Amino acid sequence: MDLMDRFRQGDRRALARLITHVENGTPVGRAAMRELYGATGRGRSIGVTGPPGTGKSTLVDQLASVFRKEGLRIAIVCVDPSSPFTGGAILADRVRMRHLQDDPEVFIRSMASRGALGGLSRATGSVLKVLDAFGFDVILLETVGVGQGEVEVVREAETCLVIEVPGLGDGIQAIKAGILEIGHVFVVNKSDNPGADRVAEQILTMLSLNPVPPPWQPPVVQTVATKGAGVEDLARQVRRHWEHLDAQNLRREHLGRRRIADLAEILKCRALGAASQRVLSRPEYSELRRKVELGQMDPYEAADRLLPFDGIEEWRLP
Amino acid sequence: MPDSQTKIRVIVAKPGLDGHDRGAKVIARALRDAGMEVIYTGLRQTPSQIVQTVIQEDAYCLCISILSGAHNHLFPEILKLLGEADVQDVLILGGGIIPPEDVPALKKLGVSEVFGPGTSTSDTVKYIREHVQPRA
Repeated sequence: MDLMDRFRQGDRRALARLITHVENGTPVGRAAMRELYGATGRGRSIGVTGPPGTGKSTLVDQLASVFRKEGLRIAIVCVDPSSPFTGGAILADRVRMRHLQDDPEVFIRSMASRGALGGLSRATGSVLKVLDAFGFDVILLETVGVGQGEVEVVREAETCLVIEVPGLGDGIQAIKAGILEIGHVFVVNKSDNPGADRVAEQILTMLSLNPVPPPWQPPVVQTVATKGAGVEDLARQVRRHWEHLDAQNLRREHLGRRRIADLAEILKCRALGAASQRVLSRPEYSELRRKVELGQMDPYEAADRLLPFDGIEEWRLP
Repeated sequence: MPDSQTKIRVIVAKPGLDGHDRGAKVIARALRDAGMEVIYTGLRQTPSQIVQTVIQEDAYCLCISILSGAHNHLFPEILKLLGEADVQDVLILGGGIIPPEDVPALKKLGVSEVFGPGTSTSDTVKYIREHVQPRA
């Protein structure tokens, strides 16, 4: 039986193999994405992001366990960084997901970032769609441990949890741009450590400074993920956000934005691929590259010779 | 960086009641440095958890590290469950403290090779590269 037939019949091994195809961008993967795309947008997606070591995986494990008790089928995608030097990676988020490993209604997939810098890998969005089409009710997406600016998760997930812990920085961190702008629910994990109330308060202060109060006021939840404390409350806040999205018809907007972003991403990959192919096909490429390396030619000159400049140097699709 | 199309995904698993994971971590790190994507399970995994991980992660290779002496129980159990799930295209390797006289029986079950203490990590890397079945 062919892979897509097995996938449609709910075969988890077919699902796993299809994800490999999609992650590696094979012809099978591309054909599958075209076929499945129309069947996506049903499952709820929850992004979980925050600095390394804040307890993202443990929280995902706990949150998924709460949803499992409600009978929901759960998929989890966790992204860990690839080495910029060798391309290798250690994917160790499963270590914290012990409650879920034997559960036939839970599917966990680890992904390496493979050079992408936004906290996800290039194929992560597509893999979420494969899981969505397979029929999972909730898809949890755990990003790479992030710093301040890796906000790609907000494009893929309709509900974003931003995890903080006590002791990472002072109030000035809270007013910076970046990941603190994307949270729909903020979590202060390890809240049995001193300073948790202060962090929660700083986040609330930051949120209160929004010039126009948004229709959704992000709540701040304190948790101790290793003990499960506060996790029921977190799940409740996530559900409240779902209700908000449904009531305001925001889910449709989110999905629409995501479809446009998908189109832009596909076009961008193709444009970059075509451009690099053109450069590589120029016989003088290696010679010019060598000259640039040795400082005998400036990179602008070399670029002009390899790829004629037509006045636009940025990606600008509306 | 190796082409992502050929990215080898390996699981390093620690089954049973065995808290010694230094070797497993050294192997995981060596495979990482060889450009592979290594999924580390953490300690005290049951055979069924390991088999679920192999399936969900669509791994090319499963490295099982056992230093507790329970290899003659754990390997057969894992291989039985893999067989029941009809997983046939995964390279299975063993490591840890496994007496040489036990190795032939493990190989008969489907373990391709056993790498004991003193093995050079580059030998393990080479073996995996040469023996995994290519995927997508």
